[in-house]
Amino acid sequence: MNPLKLAVPSKGRLQEQTIDWFAARGITLKRTGSGREYAGQVLGVENVELVLLSAGEIPRELAAGRIHMGVTGIDLIREKIPAWGAAVDEIARMGFGHADLILAVPKIWLDVENLDDLAAVTAAFRARHGMRLRIATKYHNLVREYLRQNGVADYQLVDSQGATEGTIKNLTAEAIADITSTGATLEANHLKILPDAPIVKSQATLFGSRNANWQGAAGVARQEILDRILRS
Amino acid sequence: MIAARAYLEDGRIGAGLAAVNAEVARILAGFDSAALVEPAALLPADVLIDLYGEDLRARAFTTHDPVLGEQMLRPDFTVPVVQMHMAVGNEPARYRYAGQVWRKQEPDSDRPTEYLQVGYELFDGTDIAAADAEVFALISTALKDLPVQPVTGDIGIMLAAIDALETNERRKAALRHHAWRPNRFKRLLARYSEGAAVSADRAALLQAAKSGTLKDVLQQNGPVIGLRSTAEISERIEILLAESEVEPIAREQVARLEQVLAISGKTDAAIKTLQALNADTTALEARANALEKHGINGFDLPFKAGFGRTTLEYYDGFVFGFHAPDHPDLPQIAQGGRYDALTRVLGQGQGIPAVGGIIRPEALLALKGAL
Repeated sequence: MNPLKLAVPSKGRLQEQTIDWFAARGITLKRTGSGREYAGQVLGVENVELVLLSAGEIPRELAAGRIHMGVTGIDLIREKIPAWGAAVDEIARMGFGHADLILAVPKIWLDVENLDDLAAVTAAFRARHGMRLRIATKYHNLVREYLRQNGVADYQLVDSQGATEGTIKNLTAEAIADITSTGATLEANHLKILPDAPIVKSQATLFGSRNANWQGAAGVARQEILDRILRS
Repeated sequence: MIAARAYLEDGRIGAGLAAVNAEVARILAGFDSAALVEPAALLPADVLIDLYGEDLRARAFTTHDPVLGEQMLRPDFTVPVVQMHMAVGNEPARYRYAGQVWRKQEPDSDRPTEYLQVGYELFDGTDIAAADAEVFALISTALKDLPVQPVTGDIGIMLAAIDALETNERRKAALRHHAWRPNRFKRLLARYSEGAAVSADRAALLQAAKSGTLKDVLQQNGPVIGLRSTAEISERIEILLAESEVEPIAREQVARLEQVLAISGKTDAAIKTLQALNADTTALEARANALEKHGINGFDLPFKAGFGRTTLEYYDGFVFGFHAPDHPDLPQIAQGGRYDALTRVLGQGQGIPAVGGIIRPEALLALKGAL
């Protein structure tokens, strides 16, 4: 007996949409207990165990093979798993939770409209202020790699796990790299997106672990879930 | 597995370990005119990050101490040796060292994250060519009888070719600044020679700068947030305006720079090509002549103008490497170069002409073992 462990986000809109997405494919995800308890069950496919996890932790658990399948953002998978292609496979893009990881700078930076400008500004800023221009983000790996590929230097990343749009006003950063869906928060904080290609275009996605034990029941359940997705 | 180390299966125990220690001792003994130093393995991260940039975080291991702040496992010896020299040293000075360095590797790479370096650093500004030749000859001697192939280069040739462009100092400074980032360098060169597409917004902005209404435009687009002031923004817009009126770099000039960067061949042929392109080859010839004194035919050494351009290092003059052509699985067995600019950055403007090189003893032993 080796049940398939399916992890879905433990709360919020992402969880609701995940439940709806599976329901449309004849798979019912049910939270058990009081609704505050992080436990659940799966009806419609045999031998599937529901695991409720923070979307941010699902990539790590998939990479470790402790869960078989998980719903999380493409952004989080790429940020948190080195060589993610070898650790997980993308089973289905789910069509919600769309968000782009973008670079944003103050709107008043009228002289900055692309990465070429940003590269020039970081160099000038460093010469003037004696420190590297600070970019606040929680996506360190993705942002660093993106800027390296685009030949932007003279910056430093500062960690920001929330309210990143506020860091510039608070003088703890000069630019930010963050997830945005509508851009409303950026607008409200007097920021503008650099229109170069987004660092990552993300959406909620069902991933499978390449490192989990797929023997027995888990493998059978996997096939059943894949069939349901294909039929929908 | 537990006894394995970089490129060596059993290098941490018994005969394997003895062989590593003997090799390290042999190389160090060859550097015995120099003072032995032992920099700390754990270094303050801020100095290194400031020097190498954020990219270093992808290449070096960082850790955090609640009191000391962010620390980094020594990614190379050069920086702490320079710092030590600047704190206590008199010129001329020679240092040798041996120990581990730690580097993060790409997830799909089988390169080791921990490996040994045995190195030699020379601080002496009296005769640049002689100093370059001394370091190259010492490393070369330590590798004699091995199937390794030297490659040399000179970042100074590239910097001089940038300097020779007929354009303003600002453009030259930007090209020099990004010389180690070939993608950005190419984009800059294209923009300076072919011109950049100007968006409608940018055209309007330049027009405002021209007509003296920039202040109003900035006010309308406020508020100002963050550390970067309107003075800095205006200054850059003025630069953009000035730049939009600068003559593009002529096509022949770009072609000449590209020809210089593409040079690859024996040193004597490279010198001829450079001379045909009106480049100054004095430094190259002086070095080749200085190598003669060590019994090395400097004019016969392979020379690649682009060599050393994509490394993390701060090399700005002579660069060299030794690789094993039949063993692409092994890294360069040895490498080194001149890093005058790095000493200027670390010394807040007070530089010391410096050149050095390292040997990777584990890779060297792996090569010997494969013979």
